[in-house]
Amino acid sequence: MLNPELKLNKKIFDKDIEQIPIRKGFGQGLLAAGEKDPRVVVLCADLTESAQAIFFKEKFPNRFVELGVAEQNMASVASGLAAMGKIPFITSYAMFSPGRNWEQIRTTICYNDRPVKIAGSHAGISVGPDGGTHQAIEDIAITRVLPRMTVISPCDAIEARKATEAAATTDTPVYIRLAREKTPVITTDKTPFKIGQAQTIWQGNKPKIGIIATGALVYQALLAAKELKEQKIEVEVMNLATIKPLDKKTIVTLANRVEGIVTVEEHQINGGMGSAVAECLAEHKPTPMRFLGVHDQFGQSGTPDELIKHYGMDAKTIIEAVKELI
Amino acid sequence: MELSDERIKELAAKANDIRVSIIEALVNAGSGHTAGPLDMADIFTVLFFHTLKHKPKKPDWPERDRLVLSNGHICPVLYSTMAHAGYFPLEELKTLRKFGTRLQGHPHREYLPMLETSSGPLGSGLSQAVGMAIADKMDHGLTSSRRIYALLSDGELEAGQTWEAAMLAGKEKLHNLTAVVDRNNIQIDGYTENVMPLESLSDKWRAWNWHVIEIDGHNIEEIADAFEAAKSVFGQPTVIIAHTIAGKGVKEFERDYRWHGKPPTPKEGQTALKELRTLGGKIRSEME
Repeated sequence: MLNPELKLNKKIFDKDIEQIPIRKGFGQGLLAAGEKDPRVVVLCADLTESAQAIFFKEKFPNRFVELGVAEQNMASVASGLAAMGKIPFITSYAMFSPGRNWEQIRTTICYNDRPVKIAGSHAGISVGPDGGTHQAIEDIAITRVLPRMTVISPCDAIEARKATEAAATTDTPVYIRLAREKTPVITTDKTPFKIGQAQTIWQGNKPKIGIIATGALVYQALLAAKELKEQKIEVEVMNLATIKPLDKKTIVTLANRVEGIVTVEEHQINGGMGSAVAECLAEHKPTPMRFLGVHDQFGQSGTPDELIKHYGMDAKTIIEAVKELI
Repeated sequence: MELSDERIKELAAKANDIRVSIIEALVNAGSGHTAGPLDMADIFTVLFFHTLKHKPKKPDWPERDRLVLSNGHICPVLYSTMAHAGYFPLEELKTLRKFGTRLQGHPHREYLPMLETSSGPLGSGLSQAVGMAIADKMDHGLTSSRRIYALLSDGELEAGQTWEAAMLAGKEKLHNLTAVVDRNNIQIDGYTENVMPLESLSDKWRAWNWHVIEIDGHNIEEIADAFEAAKSVFGQPTVIIAHTIAGKGVKEFERDYRWHGKPPTPKEGQTALKELRTLGGKIRSEME
């Protein structure tokens, strides 16, 4: 059953569940962060509307910098702004930031210890028709490997808004991973959110398998859990919004209660969220695992639904993986 | 502020002392870069002993000017100048590149927090300085008296990010930003114009709306005048293209790209120190 303590959206399993792009929540969070703290500034590389910086720009034009198509410059300019006490958010598509500008993020932000916030929109294969060049499915791997970096992958627009506001208050660099497409709204304003805290979003009665999901696919994991319950298979679902720092305690506690773990992410299985979970469990509680995600290949054009099914990240594939592990 | 003849000689003597410290530190380290640090000694001297608004005993003074060294590999000149200016003891220069040192092979703020930036990978320093200048302009508009300095090598201008930053600085009309290009004409693989031609360099900067000043990078008076002139440029960032002689101060090292990335051996170091000390003695005798 849904964890009542999280005060989740009661309409999760309704057909007419509200759907909002996760990036929209970022746009709202950015505006709220800007209203709270005058040190917040926003940088954009020719994607102001699409990366959702537009609301901030309209309200605070003097705290907004348009850099043109220059993501490497954007990362390092943000480092300079942070050096002067600003809290910069750099916004673009994940493929270009943190994709194209990775070394600048490593050296001028992380190595330099500057608390720049990196918002990567259009992450994952659900970008859809734009095709493989624009589908960032390596971004978790390349950000979580960086010392000092926090990595957050919100499950819906509301969580993205809270993550953005929280990121503005931390003294570390943060990467926030955002999906482009409309995504079912799972959480509510009352759902608690804390960076670094994993949440059991679906509770099972003596669960056999744990499903750990991140981003928009948390919804698919919930659909799978409901279907499995109807088939008398009890599972527990964790929303792992913060991939770094990893909530090892909650993950190990889950592993202690189940026979296996299935991880679900819109990302390469190499080096992604599942790998982070595996690194933790191999050391603290070796557990049989199945990794759902993209298996060492690039994406292609298609609708988000088609691609999620094709690469094996939908509820049906999650159900199959759970059954394999039992 | 105009420099008296006496002050110019004092600064020349200081630059010579800094070159001595660079050679000593490099010989002791057994690795590192020689040509760039030597040719930038005059510019560093003018900055730290004349131009910069800073407090060596209070390095985090909020009102200080900001200095970003983009080509981190010439840090022996940064460290030596900082030591001579009183940021830390000269004795510490002996630890350059050794395990546990604050004086890392390329500058790292985690070890030496008084640095404005960590640097090494080329081409990103100007961007950081631009970010600082934008922040300063956001807070103070045209009224700030603080300046942001970015020191760049010529070879690193081949990295496209520099031009992304130059474009933005021109667009934002960053009057509070001064960049210096060490035009020593060498890089690791050879002479810049053979590796990747940069000329006409001043036209390239002008095209991005920069005010350009070209100087002899070893003439103390010209260096100081250029920094002063940059302060009065309205609505444009300024770049000072400083024509320097790679390895300046030691005849055997001068204008030879092979000295870009290696240190002198102890024997070569002794010869170099003798030459520099002779010159230092000459400058000082003229001052008496």
